[in-house]
Order: sequence, then C-alpha cells, then structure tokens
Amino acid sequence: MGNYYQKEIETASREEIVKIQNEKIVKQVKHVYENVPYYRNLMDQKGVTPDDIKSIDDIKKLPFLTKDDLREAYPYGLMGTDIKNCVRIQSTSGTTGKRVVAFYTQKDIDMWEECCARAIVAAGGTQEDVVQVCYGYGLFTGGPGLNGGSHKVGCLTLPMSSGNTDRQIQFMMDLSATILCCTPSYAAYIGESLAEKGYKPEDNKLKAGIFGAEPWTEEMRQNIEKSLGIKAYDIYGLTETSGPGVAFECEEQTGMHINEDHFYAEIIDPKTGEVLPEGEKGELVFTSLDKEGFPLLRYRTKDICILSRKKCSCGRTHVKMSKPLGRSDDMMIIRGVNVFPSQIETVLLNEGYTPNYQIEVDRVNNTDTFDIYVEFSAEMFSDKVSDIQIREQNLKAAMRSMLGIGPKIHLVAPKTIARSEGKAVRVIDKRKLH
Amino acid sequence: MAITQLSAYLENRPGTLYEALTSLTDAGVNIRALSVAETKDFGILRLIVSDVAKTKEALSDDIIVKETPVIAVKMNDQTGALKEVLKILGDAAVNIEYVYAFTGSAKGGAYVVLRVDDLEGAEDILARHGIKTLNDEDMGGFLS
Repeated sequence: MGNYYQKEIETASREEIVKIQNEKIVKQVKHVYENVPYYRNLMDQKGVTPDDIKSIDDIKKLPFLTKDDLREAYPYGLMGTDIKNCVRIQSTSGTTGKRVVAFYTQKDIDMWEECCARAIVAAGGTQEDVVQVCYGYGLFTGGPGLNGGSHKVGCLTLPMSSGNTDRQIQFMMDLSATILCCTPSYAAYIGESLAEKGYKPEDNKLKAGIFGAEPWTEEMRQNIEKSLGIKAYDIYGLTETSGPGVAFECEEQTGMHINEDHFYAEIIDPKTGEVLPEGEKGELVFTSLDKEGFPLLRYRTKDICILSRKKCSCGRTHVKMSKPLGRSDDMMIIRGVNVFPSQIETVLLNEGYTPNYQIEVDRVNNTDTFDIYVEFSAEMFSDKVSDIQIREQNLKAAMRSMLGIGPKIHLVAPKTIARSEGKAVRVIDKRKLH
Repeated sequence: MAITQLSAYLENRPGTLYEALTSLTDAGVNIRALSVAETKDFGILRLIVSDVAKTKEALSDDIIVKETPVIAVKMNDQTGALKEVLKILGDAAVNIEYVYAFTGSAKGGAYVVLRVDDLEGAEDILARHGIKTLNDEDMGGFLS
C-alpha cells in the first residue's frame, strides 16, 4: 500500500465512484447544454437532451468532440462559463493547424493541481522533497501543472522550465533535487549529459521521475531508470481536459490511474465510435465531469490504449489506462503496413542504440520510401566498412521482424539528429496522403 | 611491430575532409598516409600520422576518432615487392581486410599499410621472412 494525497477518494469503492460520476454527469450535461451553444447544437443534431442523461451509463448517447471542433470553435466557442470567471488559459503546443486554447476557473486550477499532487505523492513525494520541474512553463500545461501539484504537496519546487541542460544539472546537484518532472526524452538526455560530465547514477539525489507529454516505451523507462538511478513514473494528460495529472502511475507501474472523480474515460472503436468493453484496445475518450471553464464532453484524444479495472496493489481503485500504444493519427501506413514510432524505438533500444532517431517517409514513383536515421555511439564506429554494413543489416532485420517491413537504415554520428528539449520530432512524412 | 592508425568519422557533405585536414595542419601534424572509405551515409578517414596524440586532440572535439593497430611494411620501391609480402601473408592464412600504399621519400622505399585479421600472426611471419615493419616512433621521424 502506498501513500495517497486524497486517500478517501483515491481508494473509494466502485459504488462510491459511480455515485459521484452519476451525480456529476447529470449536472455537467445540463450546464453545458445551457451554456455552450456549440455543443448544444451537436446534441440537438443527435436528438439528445439533458433529460436523456440520467446516469454515467447514458454518456454514450452524447456526441463526440474532436480537435476539429476545438479549432472550429476557437477561441471562445466551447467555454462553459463567462470569461470574467476564468483566471487562466493554457494552450496546446500547436504543431499542426490552429492552437487549442483551454480556459480555467480558479476551481479548475485547484482540481488540476490536486490531480498532479496525487501523481507526485504516488511517486513517493512528501513535503521533504525537492521537485525539479523542467517541463516548459507558459502556455504548455506541463510546467504549471506539476508546479502547482508540487506546491499542493508542500515540496520545495524548482521551476526550471525546459532547456539549458547545464543549468538543470547544476541545480539538480547543488539543490539536491529528489523528483524530476520532464518529458521522457529530456530525462534520457539529462541522463546522457550527466554521464558525459562524469557523474554516476548514484551521484544525484533523485529518487523518482514523473515523465509524460510524449509516448515512451518500457525499454526507454528502464534506460532512464538506470541512467538516473531512479524509479520512473508515467503521467498522462492533455490541455483539452486540463493538463498532466488526468492519469498517473503508482508504484506498481502497470498503467496509469485515471482520476475518475473528475474525468470519465471511455474506449471507442475509432472507426465506428462504438464504445468497446474493458480490456479492448481503442481510442481513449474523456469527459470532464466538473470542469467549469472548458467542460469538454466525450473528447476524442486519438490516443490508442486499453483500460483495466484489475485490482491494484497500491490500493487505488480508479481505473487504469495503459500507456498510449500509439495515436490513431500518429500511426503511419507504409507500404500497406501499420507502423507506430514506439515500435521503432523499442527495436533501437533492444539493439543497443540510443532513442535518438528520425523516421522519414516519402513516396517516390508510387512506392513508399522508409528511412530511419539512427545515431550510433563512438564505440560502434569502426574503421572497417564491413562492420558498419553488418550493423545496418542487423538493425534492418530487427526492424523488419518487429514491423513487418524493412526500412533503409542510416547510421549517423552522435548528436547529429536534432534534439529538442520538449517534444521530439520523430517522424517526417513527406507523402501527401490527405 | 604495429603502428597506430586513426580512423575518423567524416560526415557526408562537401568540405568535411578539408575541415579535418585543416585541424591537423593547425596542430602541426604531418600525414604519412591516408585513405578514405565510403559507406552510404558517411566516410571513414584512415590516417597514419606523425603524432597520434596531437592528432586525436585536434580532431576528437567534434568527430569520432578510433585507434586501430595496423602493419606498415617497408619494401624496396621495385616491381613485385608488394606481391612478395602478400604471398607470405597468404601462405600463412592471414586475411587482409584492407590495404593502402604510400611511397616514402625521394631516397626510395615504398610502404604499404595492411589491416589484417591476425595482427600478431602477420607480424611474426613477416619478421621471420626478414621484412621490416614500422612502429609509431618511425612515423614521427622517418621522413624528416
């Protein structure tokens, strides 16, 4: 059994959780129908009224929201309250198209930070801890969310924001940071940088890391845990629902508990929209049960994952989601084969490479080209061309075995693939498929 | 006696060899022999130099450099000299992975650099046939 930030609700019985969800959804749907014309139109089109929603089970009658709706309703169209009641906006990183802006009342901020506090406590955090937050601050939710959660727990908070790795390391070592919060790729990069500076994993005081905002694999977790000498916890969230902390990992590390008293999760078939039973893989859909500023109902995340209500050894009763197994819009179809970047990462780590890679897909003469640029280490460099060729062939064979398709492998020198300190650009798809 | 060959990663774009050699020039290193092998993604620059330590210092800041022991054989600069060396190694079942040649000085003498799968065996058999191989000290001074 672990520690809890809000034990009563985190370990509540199924019946209690459902009771809370039933009460909240009825109220929330009524409120949204009355205050969000955009969603009221969607409900009207589907012939659903607030009276049709009597319990959480009725949620499947409601229309979905997608990122397209958010763009269309930009910026105020999905607000659930008057702007004078809101105290903050956050925004998505905006890699494609229009940014998504989300509005928060003070109550929304408190709820969000409490969710992050649950994650920090689940990772072993107490008021004795020094939490180094190197997620970006500002519009990105990562920094503000974990920062607020850390305050709620009473930890000493280092609001580092992202970048400037030398300074990160200096603060980490000089101020004895015990919990690190950042993207997994940046955690791996900090691990590499510490080693380069001659630090051993036991030289730092870190005991845990809370890593999210991008997909990562079990292999990458092990890699980070080893290089930093910590236990690495996953955290999940999205700006549309609040930010990090929608779900978080406990010490069992077998999935992330969704804060079900605030967010209701469904898994749907991304093609038909049909709700799938527990244990089946599909697209994750979230409903904010009590958000005021930006109360999204049935928001399609495009993240593919699995929900599980198996009893957890940590004592928490909230449903667990698997790591996102990919995104329904991130999946590449190359020469007819479905390829997830996370699979490529798994192969690279299994074969002893760093997770620094870039996938380039193009279509030449009606045939897809599939190139993977991989950094190799100084130890892998050889004076013999044949050694390099064998290395490339072996990696290609391992990729083919995992993916069912053989990419062209390009070994490049360490640190030549652009490494961002936020989200890594893993895929360059030059095909015009849409 | 083996000598030290340095191999360096050369990025596949115009000017990288020039840049590497500029670093060596600035460091006052003299190149005794050089070959470049190309893979599809990058070049492998192989160098025999007058001063290994100085070269590594000059290069390794931005590119990977690796040391490999290779054999440098001194031969008379005349027809058939290399063939004789190769026969000895072949008869002793030493496999040559790659080879490149250079001539020494105006006074004559030719040299060939051999990367082999059995370094000790190759050195041994060449010595028994009275064929001179060079060491790192020779590389520092033999042309001056």
